[in-house]
Amino acid sequence: MSPTARLAAGGEIDRARPLEFRFDGRQLIGFAGDTVASALIANGVHLTGRSFKLHRPRGIVGAGYEDSGALVHRVRPQPATNLLATVLPLEAGMELTSVNAWPSAAFDVGAMMQFLSALLPACFYYKTFMRPGWNWFEPAVRGLAGLGRLPDRDAWQPVTESRYGHCDALVAGGGPAGLAAALVAARAGARVILVDDGPFGGRLAGDGTVLDERPAARWVTGVVAELLATANVRMLPRSTVWGYHEHNYLTVVERAPRDAPDLDFRNWKIRARQVIIAAGAIERPIAFADNDRPGIMLASAVRTYVNHFAVLPGRKAIVFTNTDSGHAAAHDLAAAGASVTIVDARTEPGQGLLDAADARGIACHAGARVCKAYGSRRVSAVDVVGRSGEMMRLACDLVATSGGWNPAIHLATHNREARVSWSEALGGFLAEPVNGSFRLAGAANGHLGTAECLEEGARAGRAAVEAVGRIAPTINLPATRSEPTGIGPPVWAVAPRGKREKVFIDLSGDVTTADLGLAVREGFDSIELVKRYTTAGMGVDQGKTGNVNVIGIVGGLMNAAPAAIGTTTFRPPFVPVEFGAIAGARSGARLYPWRHTPLTEWHLAHGAAMAEAGLRWQRPRYYPQAGEGWLDAATREARTVRTSVGVYDGTPLGKFQLKGPGVPALLDLLYVNDFAALKPGRGKYGVMLTDDGLILDDGVTFRLDAARWLLHSSTGAADRVHQHLETILNVHRPDLDVSIIPVTSAFANATICGPRARDVLRALDPDFDVDGGPFPFMTVREGRIGGVPARVFRVSWTGELSYEINTAPRHAVAVWDRIMAAGARFGIAPIGSEANHILRVEAGYISTGHEVDGTSDVHDLGLGGMVSKTKTDFIGKRSMELRRRLDPVRPELVGLLPVDPACPVPEGAPITPRGAAADQEGFVSACVTSVALNRSIALGLLRSGRARIGETVHARVYGKIIPMQVVAPVFHDADRSRVKA
Amino acid sequence: MLLIPCPWCGPRPEAEFVCAGEVLPPRPADPNAVGDAAWTDYLVMRRNVRGVHDERWWHVRGCGSWLTLRRDTATHRILANDSAPGGRE
Repeated sequence: MSPTARLAAGGEIDRARPLEFRFDGRQLIGFAGDTVASALIANGVHLTGRSFKLHRPRGIVGAGYEDSGALVHRVRPQPATNLLATVLPLEAGMELTSVNAWPSAAFDVGAMMQFLSALLPACFYYKTFMRPGWNWFEPAVRGLAGLGRLPDRDAWQPVTESRYGHCDALVAGGGPAGLAAALVAARAGARVILVDDGPFGGRLAGDGTVLDERPAARWVTGVVAELLATANVRMLPRSTVWGYHEHNYLTVVERAPRDAPDLDFRNWKIRARQVIIAAGAIERPIAFADNDRPGIMLASAVRTYVNHFAVLPGRKAIVFTNTDSGHAAAHDLAAAGASVTIVDARTEPGQGLLDAADARGIACHAGARVCKAYGSRRVSAVDVVGRSGEMMRLACDLVATSGGWNPAIHLATHNREARVSWSEALGGFLAEPVNGSFRLAGAANGHLGTAECLEEGARAGRAAVEAVGRIAPTINLPATRSEPTGIGPPVWAVAPRGKREKVFIDLSGDVTTADLGLAVREGFDSIELVKRYTTAGMGVDQGKTGNVNVIGIVGGLMNAAPAAIGTTTFRPPFVPVEFGAIAGARSGARLYPWRHTPLTEWHLAHGAAMAEAGLRWQRPRYYPQAGEGWLDAATREARTVRTSVGVYDGTPLGKFQLKGPGVPALLDLLYVNDFAALKPGRGKYGVMLTDDGLILDDGVTFRLDAARWLLHSSTGAADRVHQHLETILNVHRPDLDVSIIPVTSAFANATICGPRARDVLRALDPDFDVDGGPFPFMTVREGRIGGVPARVFRVSWTGELSYEINTAPRHAVAVWDRIMAAGARFGIAPIGSEANHILRVEAGYISTGHEVDGTSDVHDLGLGGMVSKTKTDFIGKRSMELRRRLDPVRPELVGLLPVDPACPVPEGAPITPRGAAADQEGFVSACVTSVALNRSIALGLLRSGRARIGETVHARVYGKIIPMQVVAPVFHDADRSRVKA
Repeated sequence: MLLIPCPWCGPRPEAEFVCAGEVLPPRPADPNAVGDAAWTDYLVMRRNVRGVHDERWWHVRGCGSWLTLRRDTATHRILANDSAPGGRE
């Protein structure tokens, strides 16, 4: 069975490869080379869906990305929705349905919305849902509006990748201008990338143009073959430049790359030295009453369907035009066998055109206008007002409109480096580059004739290669024949004859000329506001066809020239791009790779449950033994530390080596406390603030020897601290001579902690004395442990005797194994971050991310005694003092004991006065089940908390009220005798 | 994605840099000598220029140097670059 509207010959389709597919349940047939849209038209299907708001029948309008809404839902092969039929290649076995229609586009229950349209003016939502009570109706209204439904299962997951590209010249568009530009640049030896989303040649591919007295396709084939054979040229067919960003950075989506059959999309990020925008022009329609009926299309699209796809969209056609190119569409239709009538809005289209129409047997009404269409599921007739006002009703099954050509300047304006101006001759906007890094050529620059396109393309190619320092060769451009490219004075829309007639100006958003009038009457006097108020230009086509009409109409309503109205802002993406295509393979750990310590494999081999400890560092949370849950394991590990000895992987802790004569002054500026007098071999706990007086981070800094210091930061704060240090040295105190080397991953850190830690360290055969006298708390020893160079810091974050053993990463596993062997007789346990958390809460040590939450200062956390009494300045001093002076009532760190000792309190729980539903007076920053006290303990920040020790306060969580006693924020080793043992 | 001219590495993509903000008047040598309002202005007030301003960038994922760019915030055009005052090599 041959599809009814398919022409017997011609077109770039493969008649030897028929493809069966289904649309709304009907079995249809197309050919390889078809888009879904061309195959549907070939089968006589014009009604493809229902409109966004009003559920009006809609069909195919364009032949590419300019189409304003022929969206389909794909059931098979890969479920996906809202696919544009005009660019979706037809595949065998496809199963498609219409969108926003149930049960089908032809029989749509929602079609009753059409009769309610008087209730749905512009800004219906804003106006309606402001009123009380209307929210009851909102779900129903929202259910009726909208487009496709997301597939509920087996949704398509496209396979994508992302790639970088670099070139001397990127040419966007492979029509006559783009090909000429690419050819010049290629022959000059420049690195060229040529991008096009359709067949190379652009409109030359099927509009009957003659070059060098032969069909233009011959010239196109030759140029494409030469470019393909040129090593310095990369051709990107089926690709669209979707963003032109600052500094000549372009984003390009390549669909179904032929070199990678498994790939659905490849997203290119291209830095080009020069850019040539030869994106062509998009035809604009002429609007009239009921101009949204299926079968009313752009004349350029009709030509593409007839010439490129060999389908005849209608047998009885009206061409409503005010351009010469509209006449060409009429001739193409007539040549394909349609009976055609031209309605030309111009009173004097020119004798040549009239004679040509006459010779072809095409009736031509000059000075006439189509003012209304009839038919519901397909156009069946139009009313035409003749030159002297006479009314004619003409039967038809196709209306092609041609209102002029809008240069595709969208890309040129993305990076704000173009001046946009109104062209009276063209009735459209032009873009003029204001820097020398790009240029427009051909129809994108307002030149519609083939000869002009070729010449301007070659000139642009020459200018681009000269700009990158190459010599451009002279190329012979093919000879062209003169062709009519005239455009009459703009006709944006034909005024309706009555208030009930709807003239659609943006089909995808169901926006009518009446909506524009309403917006202007209500005082929206800027085109950007009119756009947002009416949604004109905000639909799937982003105003590619209707935008200039909107501007013209608004200008008419406001008695202003389009030049004064201006355009709305074009932003990327130029065409819809799948998010997956932009992301490529970069998701999860491929986007932000995990950081591992040299001990990760050991941890995993010993059953560790891993988690992120900050900045993507993976650390063990706990090491469960048989039958243990996380709390069992964490409690056992913490108890082992309190009673004997444990070891943890402290590698992720941030480490910075500082050198230079300026270090003492830097540290004194950095920390609230005094560091200048720190002696070699000793360390000091410090707290650093930002200059707004709040804590940035805390940690211990050691002076390794006379010349070197080692600064520790919290794991998750390492990058912040690094930038803070760099900012001080480069912005505030460039006079300080200091070098910073981040050495976090240059050292592995195994920390042994617990009363038996010294016995374990001694058993590791250190070449230095480990007794408490010679190696006291807050000192560092550099030496060898069993022959391995090591640096041992005696600090503690557990409230027990602790040694942080730092070695080169290559020794980490061996040292760890020896620690485990040496600790075996004490029952040593590896411990994870959960046990660490229990231990530090018991000891009352603060933690970045819990108590240090970006709103607390040193005094708040009970560390006010650290603040230097002698320094006149440190970062944050001025602001901290100012804040405390203005409001002395501060949240203060306290310990909290739930009255029910078994009751855990969620971390972050608000504390409110008596547990009432009122403003909070504090919050619980951490809560653990203590192994030292065998009960639930917590830390929190409480308003004026230090003065309230002994009070009972109340956490309020999900309406549950948890009473807690306020105590000092330390539950274990309050005098630090165990730490300093 | 800006293309930032690093004096040491040549033109490099923005992703290698951290923007350290607009170049401000220097931090007062003695903050205690500055009135409260002047101090808070120093801390929080930014000109937020639409047009040309100077800003600092840190080439953290490159050579580590700091540079000062003169950039048009409306067009991203970079008009000049210089290493930070007294910037370290």
